[in-house]
Amino acid sequence: MSGLTLTSLINIMRECAGDNEGIDFRSDILDVDFDALGYDSIALLETAGYIQREYGVHLADDVLTTARTPRELLSLVNDAIGGSV
Amino acid sequence: MRPATVVTGMGVVAPTGFGAREHWANTVRGVSAIGRITRFNPERYTSKLAGEITGFVPREHLPGRLLPQTDYMTQLALVAADWALRDAAIDPSTLPEFGMGVVTASSAGGFEFGHRELEKLWSKGPEHVSAYQSFAWFYAVNTGQISIRHGMRGPSGVVVTGQAGGLDAVAQARRALREGIPAMIGGAVDGSPCPWGWVAQLASGRISTSEDPTRAYLPFDTDAAGYVPGDGGALFVLESEDTARVRGASLWHGEIAGYAATFDPAPGSGRPPTLRQAIELALTEAGLAPGEVGVVFADGAGLPELDRIEADALRAVFGPYGVPVTVPKTMTGRLSAGGAALDLATALLTLRHGEIPPTANVSNPVPEYELDLVLRPRQVAAGAALVVARGHGGFNAAMVVTRRRRSARYDKKEDNIERVNTDQPDQYNA
Repeated sequence: MSGLTLTSLINIMRECAGDNEGIDFRSDILDVDFDALGYDSIALLETAGYIQREYGVHLADDVLTTARTPRELLSLVNDAIGGSV
Repeated sequence: MRPATVVTGMGVVAPTGFGAREHWANTVRGVSAIGRITRFNPERYTSKLAGEITGFVPREHLPGRLLPQTDYMTQLALVAADWALRDAAIDPSTLPEFGMGVVTASSAGGFEFGHRELEKLWSKGPEHVSAYQSFAWFYAVNTGQISIRHGMRGPSGVVVTGQAGGLDAVAQARRALREGIPAMIGGAVDGSPCPWGWVAQLASGRISTSEDPTRAYLPFDTDAAGYVPGDGGALFVLESEDTARVRGASLWHGEIAGYAATFDPAPGSGRPPTLRQAIELALTEAGLAPGEVGVVFADGAGLPELDRIEADALRAVFGPYGVPVTVPKTMTGRLSAGGAALDLATALLTLRHGEIPPTANVSNPVPEYELDLVLRPRQVAAGAALVVARGHGGFNAAMVVTRRRRSARYDKKEDNIERVNTDQPDQYNA
């Protein structure tokens, strides 16, 4: 399984937690807080559930919720993917 | 004297109409919305008819972020709340932080959402169940979502008393106003249009098995044999008259003049039902004699034993054929908690327009009931209406609405106008 990209992550979040019409997802949002993107902790849980199903990586809730930005979440997921191979 | 509770805004989402205007136009003409179920295939069930809302596209009304986390009836409730706020021309953000709360009623919570997640659970496994199931199913979810969307952090809650809940929630909102909260949202939008919700209702044994939309739900009729369920309801902006005037509102739909709730004795106790007391107590609080009520919106259970109990109560209070009685639910089906809230909206519209909507499809009222059942639209110059609602298990509620306060305290010339925001070009408001 290859790693998770920002584009894939954003698509997953929009699929799982809904579009946020107020946000321009084409802009550089790698370091924007999830709060500012309109995604709360349940949106993150929902996203993590999807990632677990599609990428086969499990992130514990208390680990997951330490991710405050897309960059931090991508890092957690891709580290887990790397560690599992 | 306590300040009056006035209804300054209403939002209607009903099988008979999306918005108060369309609902009224159909209801007053007796146009029924009961038909064969379309949201799922009803073929294998003993009952196949419902009052469904058609043509609702949530994405056209709500932000994308809310869609994956909300049940169908929550989406409807969010729209109804939006419309009620717009109708009242009130901006919650201008109120103090705890200045506006929400009380809704619910009978089942987000059943359709829960149905989908349960299906994922047993067909694909627990990791496929949405995290949003944690609250999307919950009875209080409409209250919570409305509160979050509009920043309403005042006293809030949910009432679960079956069909009576639509009135009980408005009454609970009124209690908050009397404790000094400037404004409240109250009412109910309900419905569980999914196989899971359907079998739960069928288990009551009260759902009509007729497949003829014109014969399935006939309250007070000699052929009464059950009812048809439906989806929808109404939400209201409620304010104390004093605070409404302070913010510049001088026009409203009407006043919540009286209310009472009673609970029936346990089955087998030998003691009589308490619906009559609820009606009498509500009239007493409103300061009205029975003869001053121009129309009654009956609960209309559609089951002979329950119809008789209600007819007995109405006859005891108003006398034989003593008041026009109508059941517009015959056009929507019974919307659980949403039904009584919708009746409240229809009652306020009836007072404004001076015309009573008919009880559709009923042609042979049981003579012994001695009810003046309104079978065709009827002109009336009513100043007050009574709404009666009962929930399964013994809940009774009665609410009296009036066009305006009878006290001379506010007897100014602007009181000649009952309309709210007549200049607002809003297709969804009546």
